[in-house]
Amino acid sequence: MRGMTDEEVDPQPTIHNPLFRMTVRIQTADFDVSAEITALRRNNPKIGAIASFIGVVRDVSEDKAVSDMTLEHYPGMTEKAIEEIIGRARSRWNVLNALVIHRVGQLKPMDQIVLVVVAGTHRGDAFAACEFIMDYLKTRAPFWKKEQAGTGARWVEARETDDIAAERWRFKG
Amino acid sequence: MTPPLSRCIINHMITVLYFARLREELGRSSETIALPAAVRDVAGLRALLVARGGEWEQELALTRPVRAAVNQAMAQGDTQVADGDEIAFFPPVTGG
Repeated sequence: MRGMTDEEVDPQPTIHNPLFRMTVRIQTADFDVSAEITALRRNNPKIGAIASFIGVVRDVSEDKAVSDMTLEHYPGMTEKAIEEIIGRARSRWNVLNALVIHRVGQLKPMDQIVLVVVAGTHRGDAFAACEFIMDYLKTRAPFWKKEQAGTGARWVEARETDDIAAERWRFKG
Repeated sequence: MTPPLSRCIINHMITVLYFARLREELGRSSETIALPAAVRDVAGLRALLVARGGEWEQELALTRPVRAAVNQAMAQGDTQVADGDEIAFFPPVTGG
């Protein structure tokens, strides 16, 4: 596989929808998926498909029971990084509206961590853009998880499978 | 020895931030550094910090998976560093 830069692979930005909107929120509070989707769809009859992803805290990490988790981030850069990722998705697929909410601070197993919602005219673009945003967020947005497992706390190590998941978009249509 | 006059007059100040494991191990979340004239990029700054020895050498060694950002954008070793920049060092990200 030859080395490619993003510029070589990503298509030139095409503005599919001048009415495109995006929202990025970093917050400690939980989110209501239904309320967020209702707000995102409001007064937009062009939307024909909405794809969403919800990330949730698991109770086990590398065979150890996790009692709680702390999420740290880089205020300022986090928002910029996610906006850039949504911008890339928009240049690649027909997206009408995109929302990313990511929680920080203290979280427990079963808590919601992240929400990605993508609205488009058709499902294909909505599904693809939603997965793309999530895969890129995993490797490019500056968040770090620290897990409390048993008596000790440890910083979660980055996973190579996440890099592979983001990388494959360079070669996918 | 007194440094050359030019270095005293042109005082390139940068802000360096540390996150997550690095913040904990290095015992600080930020600092202001007067940039030596010889340091022009992220790799140069990292080498300057490694030269502090101890946990700096251990945590920022080239064998460690350290990521960097310049002015809140992901950076590489050859990304230029200039007066007034905000440079951050952190482990590979684990959000989502």
